[in-house]
Formats: sequence, C-alpha cells, structure tokens
Amino acid sequence: MEHIISVLVENKSGVLARVAGLFSARGYNIESLSVAPTPDSSVSMITVVTSGDEDVIEQIMKQLNKVIEVLRVVDLTEEDHVDRETALIKVQAKQAQRDEAIRIAQIFRANIVDATPETYTLEVSGDAEKIQAVIKLLTPIGIKEMVRTGRIAIARESS
Amino acid sequence: MKLTGSQIFVESLKREGVKTIFGIPGGVVLNLFDVLHQQKDVEVILTRHEQGAVHMAEGYAKATGKAGVALVTSGPGMTNIVTGLADAMMDSVPLVAFTGQVPTNLIGNDAFQEADNIGISRPCTKHNVLVRDVADLAATIKEAFYIANTGRPGPVLVDIPKDVSTESTEFRYPDKVNLRGYHPTVSGNRSQIKQAASEIMKAKKPVIYVGGGAVFSGAASEVREFADLTQIPVTMTVMGLSSFPGTHPLSMGMLGMHGTYCANMAMHEADLLIAVGARFDDRVTGKLSEFSPRARVIHIDIDPTSIKKNVYAHIPIVGDVKVVLRELVSVLSSMDGNPATVKAQRRPWHKQVNAWADKHPLAYRQEGKKETKPQYVIDRAYELTKHKAIVVTDVGQHQMWAAQYFKGGVQRTFLTSGGLGTMGFGFPAAIGAQKAYPNKTVLCITSEGSFQMNLQELAVAAIHKLPVKIILLNNRFHGMVRQWQDLFYEGRYASSDLGTIPDFVKLAEAYGILGLHSKGPDDVEAVLKEGLKHKGPVLMNFVIDRFENCYPMIPAGGAHHEMVLEDPPQLKSVRKSPRKKGENADAVLPA
Repeated sequence: MEHIISVLVENKSGVLARVAGLFSARGYNIESLSVAPTPDSSVSMITVVTSGDEDVIEQIMKQLNKVIEVLRVVDLTEEDHVDRETALIKVQAKQAQRDEAIRIAQIFRANIVDATPETYTLEVSGDAEKIQAVIKLLTPIGIKEMVRTGRIAIARESS
Repeated sequence: MKLTGSQIFVESLKREGVKTIFGIPGGVVLNLFDVLHQQKDVEVILTRHEQGAVHMAEGYAKATGKAGVALVTSGPGMTNIVTGLADAMMDSVPLVAFTGQVPTNLIGNDAFQEADNIGISRPCTKHNVLVRDVADLAATIKEAFYIANTGRPGPVLVDIPKDVSTESTEFRYPDKVNLRGYHPTVSGNRSQIKQAASEIMKAKKPVIYVGGGAVFSGAASEVREFADLTQIPVTMTVMGLSSFPGTHPLSMGMLGMHGTYCANMAMHEADLLIAVGARFDDRVTGKLSEFSPRARVIHIDIDPTSIKKNVYAHIPIVGDVKVVLRELVSVLSSMDGNPATVKAQRRPWHKQVNAWADKHPLAYRQEGKKETKPQYVIDRAYELTKHKAIVVTDVGQHQMWAAQYFKGGVQRTFLTSGGLGTMGFGFPAAIGAQKAYPNKTVLCITSEGSFQMNLQELAVAAIHKLPVKIILLNNRFHGMVRQWQDLFYEGRYASSDLGTIPDFVKLAEAYGILGLHSKGPDDVEAVLKEGLKHKGPVLMNFVIDRFENCYPMIPAGGAHHEMVLEDPPQLKSVRKSPRKKGENADAVLPA
C-alpha cells in the first residue's frame, strides 16, 4: 500500500543523501520525493511517497527516525490529511485540438501558463487521482512533455 | 585564547580522555600530526596500513567499551578504512575516525588525493560530518564522541579539510551536546516489562538468547542474575559470547550456523524466546520460515530498527539491555513464587536440554591421529589461559572453533568480527586490545588466510613491544571456503588452496619477534607453553589437519533442527578423487 511520509530534518548538507541512500540501500521504493524549506530556516521538510506492507513501512519509519538529523517522522496516510501535486503538461494543440485542450483545462481548473501556435502548457494541481485523470484525457491529444512536483501533504487540523 | 584547528583537535581529544590513537599521516593531516607530535597526553600509534589503524581502534574499543580513534589522510587514507567502518557499523563498535580532506576551496575539483569521504562513508557510519568552519570543530568532535558512545554504539567519521586545521579561532569545548534529533531510549516501557514478566512466568520451554548488545551495555552480571532467578537456559551469539559464562550450568553455548546441537534444538522447540541485545542475524536464525516455530518472542534492544526486522516480536522492549534487565528482574522478584518452585517448574525443560547436550556435545578426537586437530590447539590454549585472556579472532573456521571451545564469561574478552566477517580484523584488533590492556594476555586466534590480510602490523607489535600471542592455525586453505566446497561443490577447491608459503617462523623473525612452529599434536602443548611464557609478541604456527571441518553446521537456508553433525560419507570419495598435478599444495610443505 502507498504511504505518504513527511520527514522533518535539520537543514544541513548531506541529509537528503542520507535519507535517499537509506531507501536505496535497503531496497525500499521511492515513488516521489520533495524537499523544501519551512518557516524555520534551520529545518526542511522532506515528503516521501513510498509503498510496502505494514512491516516494511514500520522499518522505514524506524530507519528514518534513526538518522541523527531527522527530527520527526509522520506517516500521513495513518491520519486525516490533504495531499497535492502540481504538474506542468505541454500538449500538442493545433486547430481542433486547441479547443479540446482548453475544455479539458477548464474541467480540471488548470491554468494555461504558456501558449504557442502549436502547443499549450497546462498547470494543474490536485490529488493523485485528479492528476491521473488529466493525464489520461490529454494523452489522446498528445502530451509533448510533462514535469511533476511529486506529492506533498499536510495533516488536517482536528477541530 | 585562540587556537589553530589542529590544536583544537588535540585539545578536544584530551577533553574526551583519549590516550591512544591509531593512524598514518599524509599531506592534508600533517598539521594535525605536527601538533600531536609536540605533546605527551595522546599517544599516536603509527600503523603500517590504514586498515590496520581502524581495526586497532576497533580492538581498543571492543576491549574497553569506549570509542577507539583513528586518524588518516584524505583519498586513499580514507578509502583504506572503509572496511573497518563497515565492520564497526555491523558490530556496533564505538569508533571516531578522523579523515583529512583537501582544502575547502579545492573540494569537488578532483584535487590530488581527494575523495568524497562523506559520500563514501555515509552508508557505513552511524553519522558523519565535514567540518567546513574551524569554529564548528570543537562542537563537532564533542558530538562525534557522544554519538559513537551512546545508544547503539557505532562509527562516526569527522572529515577535516586542511585549511580548517590551520585556521584559528577561540577554543571553547562544549559541556554538553545539543542534538535535536538524537535521543536514544534507555529505560524500557514499564507495561511492556510487566507483560514480559508474566510471559516468562507462564512459559514452559523458554530460552534466553543473548547478543552483542549485552556485552556493549556491560550487562554480564544482569544477564546472569536474570538467568539464575528464572532458571532459563541461555544461548549466545558469537557477539554475545563473553556476556555469560560458558561453564555455567544454564549455558547451552553458542547458537546458529555453527552453534551447539543443544542450543539449536532448544531454539527450535522453545515456546518463549527472550532476545537480549541480539538482532536475529541470518547466521543465527537459519531459515526464517522455520525459525523457532512455536515461540513467542520478547525482544529487548536499544535500536528500534532491530526489532521486528527479521522476526516478529510479540513484546518489543526498546531500551538499554542493562537497564531493562534490572527493571525486569525487579518486577520478577516481586512476583509470586520462590526460587525453589521456579526450579521445580523448569525441571522437565532442563532435563530435555541436558539430554540434547549429552546426545551431541561438541567433540573432536585427537588420540591416535597423526595430524593436529585445530580444536585441540584451541582447547589447550583455553585450558592454559582460562578466563584470564582476551581472545581476539579472525574470520573463518578457526573463529567458529574458538567460539565453540573458549568458554568465556568475563565481559569484553571475546573480540571478533561477527557481522561483516572481516578477514584481517583479528591481528590488528588484538594489537588494539593489547594497547588498552598492556598487562593482560591477549590471544590472537587466526589462520594463515586471515593473518596474511594484515600481517604488516607485525611491525607495530614489535616496535611497541605489544606481547600479542598469535595462535595461527595453518591448514594451507581458506578453510571455511574449502569446507563449503567439500559439502556443496563436490570437492572442487576453486581458489581456496593457499599452499605453504610463507614460512611463518622466518616471517616473525624478519620482524624481530619470536616465531614458533608446531609440526604435530605432540608438540602443541610445549609450543603453547613456550609462547605464552615469552615476554614479547610471538607467532605460533600450528600445522593442522587441513581437511578438518567445523560442525555442527546448519547449511545456509536450513532450519535449526537440520544440523549436519559430521562429515557426510560421500566426502571420502570426493577427497580420494585424483587431483590435477600441483592442485594439492601439501607437496611443498616443509618438513
């Protein structure tokens, strides 16, 4: 099963390599990985999407906790959370395809952030299902190029 | 007062109480060595190879329980210690390795003798740090020793660029460390301990399975108290050997691939395992799906990642073995039942365990044999030094024989490379242990294969007059490889025959130390006595039966009850088959 794990780390050089190295050395999957600063400049947040059975996830959590610079590890899949990913998708858009691309963009509330006579570049954000759906609909039109941020997630505040 | 990085380095070592470091100088660490040279508090042992330095530091650490220290240069100096770092990582040896680095402005430029020390050592260190600013040096060293020595101990590497060693700053050694993400758990969870205690009272066929964690946490007396109180039979991993006396009536000896029949059968039949600072290594468990099929598991370990990694733990207890065992003993003592009833309750299980021990004890036959049995040499060495020696082994058959026949019990007196299985570990580690305890008898039990991987350190033993007693069991083979080739490769000895070169007595003499040669069983005792009596280092070369195999043996992937206890009959025909000329190097064996 897929798990989104957020790892709060000290903002020091080599930390990302230690975390990523841990996954490769022990044969764990990384489906996506994102790293970004937090309001506290001394720490960064790593979000890893991984998969495995319960035992594997338990080991991953423990192994991450063991890294000296890791301050906190949370398996967001275990709790109520919001997750999002952004994709930039460059599609073929000539004549008839142009209208179709715009329609799809509207349905998914995607922004067109670049346009040429032959292409549109769409910016779309959403959960994993939404990104998959957009890709599925745009594929017949012709996706020239695509980049994705990888997923990020945050726990919902309990009221 | 302002000090240079090099002065800060040496001052910091003093504050950590470091008396000895092992290393080799080179371009970027010349300043560090220069300052070391001008003081007396920290002694530098110049080794002949960096691998020797790191294993000496390991031996020093394993014998004392405190971090060993190595200092090497950049590039090849660092890459040469990688094996020792990996070894220390596997066996949880506290170690601080200082490596030189090219000046910060050259890092990443493929400078002369540059290597990515941090990148290379990352997977084989508990922690590593490149010091970019001399202002961070003292705190980094403080943290390095703290991390190496606490929690599950391990190696820490501190990479010091040349310019950091020359720049100056105000020296202030911090009183305490401030690591936001590092807080090892020491005390066990109270309710888990209570649950464990009630399981222990209920169990009919319990086994205490002790690993290296008990040795590192200094828990020998706690293990003993726990076993005495509960009357539960004890088995040890190779790393745990010195945590419980092999002569104790509850001892079943070592378990696992070359463990005793008794210990492995007890593991297979047990209804409760109490794992104490052990990590269920594959050499211990054998086939996981058939490992202790009926047992519930209580697992005490300071490292949460060891728990439920290979074997499910019904009652996990994270904490320091020594502390948790004390807590457990105090809970058990307050429960109903007096020692006499506990003993009576265990009687049927003890009877069964003793029956296994009597059925297939560890045994060898020397009488009537022309060639020396390796077990005989080890057995005699044990009898002559009983509980007074620190035993350091290399890796292979001799290591397993030493583990079987040296019935330890005094903490930190059986030092071996257990996890990584590093041939070449033994001799330098013995030098390190001897340096820590100059007046103790240190035996290095090795073989011609392992010894030749780091024999250059004979120079260190000779120069520093470190009286290591090398017991070299010489079967002219990579013996364990040959054993597997016998059993699983129809006797095709691919690249395992080492021949009779060198002449070890002459080799010892070339380094100015005493060399002794034992030709056969009749002179074993005399050679041992002479070697042990000798004041300085000595190399005793025992020519042994080159086809002796180590039993019991659980074939890789087998289960505990599937032990092979002796040479299978087909082995005779395998060995009688004609060999190609020159294949058997016995032909050139000197008389």
